[in-house]
Amino acid sequence: MTDVVMPQMGESIVEGTLTKWLKKPGDHVERDEPLFEISTDKVDTEIPSPAAGTLREVLVEEGKTVGINTVVARIEDGAGNGAVAPAKPAVAAPPPAAPTPAAPPPQAPAAPSPPAVAAAPEPAEPSGPLSPLVRKMARENHIDLGRVKGTGAGGRITKQDVEAYLAASQAPVAAPAPPRTVPAPVVAPPQPSTYVPPAASSPAKVRVEPMSTMRQKIAEHMVMSKRTSAHVTTIHRADMTKVAKMRERHKADFQSRYGMSLTYLPFVVRAAVEALRAYPIVNASIEGTNILYHNEINIGIAVALENGLIVPVIRNADERNVLGLQRAIVDLASRARSRQLKPDEVQGGTFSITNFGSFGSLVGTPIINQPQVAIMGVGAVTKEPVIIDDAIAIRSMCYLSLTFDHRLIDGALADQFTAKAKSVLENWSEEVL
Amino acid sequence: MYSVAERVASRQCAWRDLGRVDYARAFEMQRELVELRKRGESPDQFLIVEHPHTITLGRNGHLANLLAHEDVLARAGVEFHHTDRGGDITYHGPGQIVGYPILDLREWKRDVGAYVRAIEQVIIDALADFGMAGERVPPMTGVWVAGAKIAAIGVHISRWVTSHGFALNVTTDLSYFQYIVPCGLVKPVTSMAALGVKARREDVVERLLEHFGRVFDREMTGELIYD
Repeated sequence: MTDVVMPQMGESIVEGTLTKWLKKPGDHVERDEPLFEISTDKVDTEIPSPAAGTLREVLVEEGKTVGINTVVARIEDGAGNGAVAPAKPAVAAPPPAAPTPAAPPPQAPAAPSPPAVAAAPEPAEPSGPLSPLVRKMARENHIDLGRVKGTGAGGRITKQDVEAYLAASQAPVAAPAPPRTVPAPVVAPPQPSTYVPPAASSPAKVRVEPMSTMRQKIAEHMVMSKRTSAHVTTIHRADMTKVAKMRERHKADFQSRYGMSLTYLPFVVRAAVEALRAYPIVNASIEGTNILYHNEINIGIAVALENGLIVPVIRNADERNVLGLQRAIVDLASRARSRQLKPDEVQGGTFSITNFGSFGSLVGTPIINQPQVAIMGVGAVTKEPVIIDDAIAIRSMCYLSLTFDHRLIDGALADQFTAKAKSVLENWSEEVL
Repeated sequence: MYSVAERVASRQCAWRDLGRVDYARAFEMQRELVELRKRGESPDQFLIVEHPHTITLGRNGHLANLLAHEDVLARAGVEFHHTDRGGDITYHGPGQIVGYPILDLREWKRDVGAYVRAIEQVIIDALADFGMAGERVPPMTGVWVAGAKIAAIGVHISRWVTSHGFALNVTTDLSYFQYIVPCGLVKPVTSMAALGVKARREDVVERLLEHFGRVFDREMTGELIYD
């Protein structure tokens, strides 16, 4: 089998999007025949097959973005020399995939000779891209780049890394770098600095399961967002009594007429739209040092899935009334759950709303859906005793949270925006039916 | 920094300004030139054209960025093509200089990022000759002046041979951009004329060729091996 990898298309390029497979599994390919197309930085590139044979497995689907050197497919060689992958560490170990502790089932935990651990970190080639300079330095100094730790973007090895490595290895003892083919010594005192997850030593106490692609994407996006924006959350309390009454009055009729229930969410979306119109900067995004004001109001609605989350977008939400919004929400949510959303329908959002109230939460501090600059969280609507004109009244109340990017939006504006949405809800006047 | 260009003796790049050519025809020409280039039967080439009103959608483009229905475009006399370059949607038309370099990047740098940055540099340097401050707006691709996009870039590469290229607005009628969200961006577009620079097409072409030759270290020759 020959592994086909995402090629390195340039020094500054650490990943590529696989846009199109030109062959299907089972197809025969010639060496150098175009096999797939990738897209990086406004450049589409046809990638030729590295070997002749049969395309056995396609590991990365169209539309996915993966780091360079990621294996995207496997080709079974025509000559029938399958099985052994070329240029792989000689150690007959499980392929260096994710560190799934493929520990032979229930090993006696008393005999700590961790099997997978010794073999796993044996990279033949570092995973990041390599600049010609780094390759040259490695060649000239006979450095195995697999041993050099990359500190550049995406873990790439920089000139400084190679210099640091050289300096370190030429320093005191001639011992040319730590022995890699660790024979046995790894026992009790584990590597000093690196945190060793307990997985390997106590297999009974954890169950290891690889994250789904969606989970990985969510994880990446959330951390990226936190790293990108200066998150601040402000919370306003809205009196939803008018909306609640309106909803109460039309619920049954709405259900029988349109076959869906009328929820609070379309009212909140409507209110958010009004506020976005009044404060367009909340409907913007940041690009370098420019502010992009979006002329469309496209609202992402967070939809909880069985094992994840997706944010389909109601395009031109400002052109819809409550009925239209409710219909869009029901449609997008149901298709999100049956995984039938088109890629277009999860892109292009300019603001997002997350309705954690439907799970009983009163207040939340959502994370911004990049590259947007704000997200509104809607808490549960509950009946509360409220003081109005020094009298106690029972009102339907709800907390609206607005997480905003303080790089672009200051607190005063965020509060004006939220107050506007609150005011639309509290003074609801639009007919629903 | 290590640069292949420093070591390679100056190579030739044949160029020709073909004037008005429709998109499909230019696409076909590029295809043939790319095949010739791959087989080593032609040197690097640089085609310069102008298209009639045309909107093209890249492989990764979103039809949602086409704001007018295809019928509306047809009525307005605008052609619509799906194409195989990188990037989203763009408009071509009279008053725009479209450059299609057919280069074998193995003889320059095997680096698509560096290639795109170099194309941007050619445009930025040419604009500077007219007193305009073109700039990059990372992480996007293209050239901007005063916050508005003046040149778009979209490239296709097959075995390191490039096709497609860039489109620089000289006197482009910018109202045609209303039909699209250029490259999926909600950003203004501009042209040299819109910014008050009165430049003749041939003068701009001449500046582009000069800087193209310098940036890519190519000797620009007027003999295009293509009939």
